[in-house]
Amino acid sequence: MSDNHGHHESHGHDSHGHHDEHHHEESFVSKYIFSMDHKVISRQFLITAVIMAFLAMTMSFMFRLQLAWPGEHFKIINFILGDKWGKDGVIEPGMYMALVTIHGTVMVFMVLTGGLSGTFSNLLIPYQIGARDMASGFLNMLSYWFFFLSSVIMMAGFFIETGPASGGWTVYPPLSALPQAMDGSKLGMTLWLVSMSLFIVSALLGGLNYIITVINLRTKGMTMTRLPLTIWAFFITAILGVLSFPVLLSAALLLIFDRSFGTSFYLSDIYIGGQALEQTGGSPILYEHLFWFLGHPEVYIIILPALGLTSEIISTNSRKPIFGYRAMIGSIMAIGFLSFIVWGHHMFMTGMNPFLGSVFVFTTLLIAIPSAVKAFNYITTLWRGNIRYTPAMLFAIGLVSTFISGGLTGIILADSALDINVHDTYFVVAHFHIVMGVSAILGMCAGVYHWFPKLFLRHMNKTLGYIHFWGTFISAYGVFFPMHFLGLAGVPRRYYSNTAFPMFDNLVDINVFITCFAILAALVQVVFLFNFFYSIFRGPKSEQNPWNSNTLEWTTPMENTHGNWPGPLPVVHRWPYDYSKPGKEHDFVPQTVPLAEGEVDGGGH
Amino acid sequence: MIKILVYVAIILTALAIGYLVRVFELASSLKGKKPEEITDKDNRLQSRLMLLFLFVFFAFTIWNLKSFIPKMLPISASEHGVTIDWLFNFNMAIIFFVFTITHIALFYFAYKYYGRKGNVATFLAHDNKLEMIWTVIPAIVLAIIIIFGLKSWNKITQPADPNSMVVEIYAKQFDWTARFSGADNKLGEANYKLITATNDLGLDSTSAEGQDDIIVKNEIHLPVGKEVEFKFRSRDVIHSAFFPHFRAQMNVVPGMTTMFHFTPTITTADMRKNAEVIEQYKGINAVRAKRASIIGNGHNDFKPGDEKPVTFDYILLCNKICGNSHYNMQMTIVIDSEEDYKKWIASKKPFYAKAAPEAKAVAQK
Repeated sequence: MSDNHGHHESHGHDSHGHHDEHHHEESFVSKYIFSMDHKVISRQFLITAVIMAFLAMTMSFMFRLQLAWPGEHFKIINFILGDKWGKDGVIEPGMYMALVTIHGTVMVFMVLTGGLSGTFSNLLIPYQIGARDMASGFLNMLSYWFFFLSSVIMMAGFFIETGPASGGWTVYPPLSALPQAMDGSKLGMTLWLVSMSLFIVSALLGGLNYIITVINLRTKGMTMTRLPLTIWAFFITAILGVLSFPVLLSAALLLIFDRSFGTSFYLSDIYIGGQALEQTGGSPILYEHLFWFLGHPEVYIIILPALGLTSEIISTNSRKPIFGYRAMIGSIMAIGFLSFIVWGHHMFMTGMNPFLGSVFVFTTLLIAIPSAVKAFNYITTLWRGNIRYTPAMLFAIGLVSTFISGGLTGIILADSALDINVHDTYFVVAHFHIVMGVSAILGMCAGVYHWFPKLFLRHMNKTLGYIHFWGTFISAYGVFFPMHFLGLAGVPRRYYSNTAFPMFDNLVDINVFITCFAILAALVQVVFLFNFFYSIFRGPKSEQNPWNSNTLEWTTPMENTHGNWPGPLPVVHRWPYDYSKPGKEHDFVPQTVPLAEGEVDGGGH
Repeated sequence: MIKILVYVAIILTALAIGYLVRVFELASSLKGKKPEEITDKDNRLQSRLMLLFLFVFFAFTIWNLKSFIPKMLPISASEHGVTIDWLFNFNMAIIFFVFTITHIALFYFAYKYYGRKGNVATFLAHDNKLEMIWTVIPAIVLAIIIIFGLKSWNKITQPADPNSMVVEIYAKQFDWTARFSGADNKLGEANYKLITATNDLGLDSTSAEGQDDIIVKNEIHLPVGKEVEFKFRSRDVIHSAFFPHFRAQMNVVPGMTTMFHFTPTITTADMRKNAEVIEQYKGINAVRAKRASIIGNGHNDFKPGDEKPVTFDYILLCNKICGNSHYNMQMTIVIDSEEDYKKWIASKKPFYAKAAPEAKAVAQK
């Protein structure tokens, strides 16, 4: 592999490319474990993320039981948590907080950042731009293994005496900085910080690789305006990650200093555990600024790849070009840029200057414009299409729905005056789960079903896919839609139980309703898990281009060849969205087909 | 033993499903069909489910609104809260309108344009006019939302009236303490280094303004119709003082003082007479009454007394994760008529009660 990169710079005219690949036998370890092949790394990310998602879902299942039936004994909770944290089948309050914290951290970082970008950027960037692999296979391998290590350390908190971090996924100091404040701020918090630091290393190695690969390794004819929207999404996502993750690293480092070396970056005037601490002059608000400077771009790091996958899947399965290709690119860039100047909307209630709050209201609400453009463009792409309902297409349409309904409630939260009364309530939980959690999970599922033939050369079972979609989609709304009302009734998030407040007594029905749908959602994911692992080994073999798609990944043979294309790299002649173009024999024209005489590229005809 | 049986059952079920899927796939390939191929029949079925979902989703939304809105926070008990509620409803109306039209379009198109063999989609790559419309219209609507929003925000966050009553809310794991500023309406100095077992708030005994400060726990009273300026301090971690009935909230951050001010407009007694509140508390008490038989059976969190009927109270609760007992950090707020408030505050002694006359002298200077 290593000798190929020189060729790519001349846009991949290495017709003598890969005749030597069969000569060096690869061991199991170098082929499947410490592999530098983007396809294998992609699968490693996916399988790790599926396992992490399953664990995080199990955590949510446990705390949902507690919220619906506070204090009820559940054997399964005792079975999972043991006698220390799940005595008589009831979650201990500290463990409840830990479950909420680790559920959030794992979902946001391990599943929807590492898992989503790691799987699909790795799989699709080289494939769709016509490259033999990532710019650096070695860094790519390191990226996965740092991710793996960070996932293991994150879960290790459950196997230590004081339990995992439990200050919420944002781990605000001083709570997270003071071991005296609670058990979850002891060793578990150190593990959280170590895990997060490793995760950031992984995200940076991956992100730099994606950016360099997209810029340098595009095949001949693959101009920036002929890139599929998936690649545009991954590209902007990687830039966001590279610019914002280092800030989180600095926040984490300062927190480590405060915790372990007696500094006071975030601490001032604190009296805890019967003594006044020496530290003065720091401010917890500094941490919030640093955290959300990553934290807000982070939600776009999560949602943009999902939107990219959706663009590709909706266009392919509607048999129509994506509507407004250039507007879509512009929207992705606008969202990416704006995501850096809105972080303060998480902090309206910190006592910051109200004028500063106003600025953040303005920038935040601006994001609604490119988001609206994207939503309308998806809907218009369906209009007069010839829609083929693969499970992937269902998930993509589901994403458009949740992206709209979740995005709209963001208008309430972005409005600082309204945020006063819904800040940190279940309204926020409902909002971000629908717009970012559910949407990104639906996008990720869409991607898995659509690209399964490229990942594992086989198809997933379609009927189980349909069941998975409808079960997931219905239960996602069943869980998160009623949560808005809990928030409007004033219920704060991260409460172990609402029984201390008589005013919330009449809301217990809503919590039972939500938990029932959460259980349904969990059961449906078991169907998915089964389908996923079964199809890896036994699913029907796929043809080369099962969806009659235009993009380059479907021009590679259905085997895992090192270097992707056995012969020369493909040459690109057109944009990727020539579906149902008038005057063409088929309803798709792959990017490798030369333009006919007088034919206009990019949607003209 | 039971555990092993459960594991075995799970494995056998998985295997059984695996074989069923296999049989199904083989059967369809015997019929000459590819099991993974999407047929017109699939498209038709899924498109109909899309339409069905649209109706079910809207029905679900209406059911949610109908059954949950009566359980929401009652009428705002503060002056600015009325503005917030109006603004919320205004934004919600826009949101519901957009939600409805986009979802109708999305699921109707998904239903109408399902794939049929022989059909060809319309090649439509872009339309500048359409795209301009749905860039400009959201921009205008958002401009309106921003203008209304910021107008309210600026009004709410104006500095408090100099005549407003100053009250300190002090947070620690896991309770609230209030400090009334006394006759001089000024809070005395405090320092976390002065905290002792008897001086919870770290008050500085040499501070003249502090001599008449009154410390109250569990339940505070405030007069109706008078602006209150709250000053928040925390001793340990970040808390958030959330007064849902007054539409007020502010984080309580160690190392700094944060502020929020509002004017209560409805006394607790009047709120208890509000028809909406009476109806809500009927529901709450019905839920509580049902607990009578299950309290103490070890299968719930309820304590004796949790089945007794309750009446409406304003509440202050913690809304920023602050430790293991975050879920139970509360203080009752009673809004009194001016006279009742005066009676209540007169019954409270200043923290430095013995030094009271001296403090008065200082205040008079």
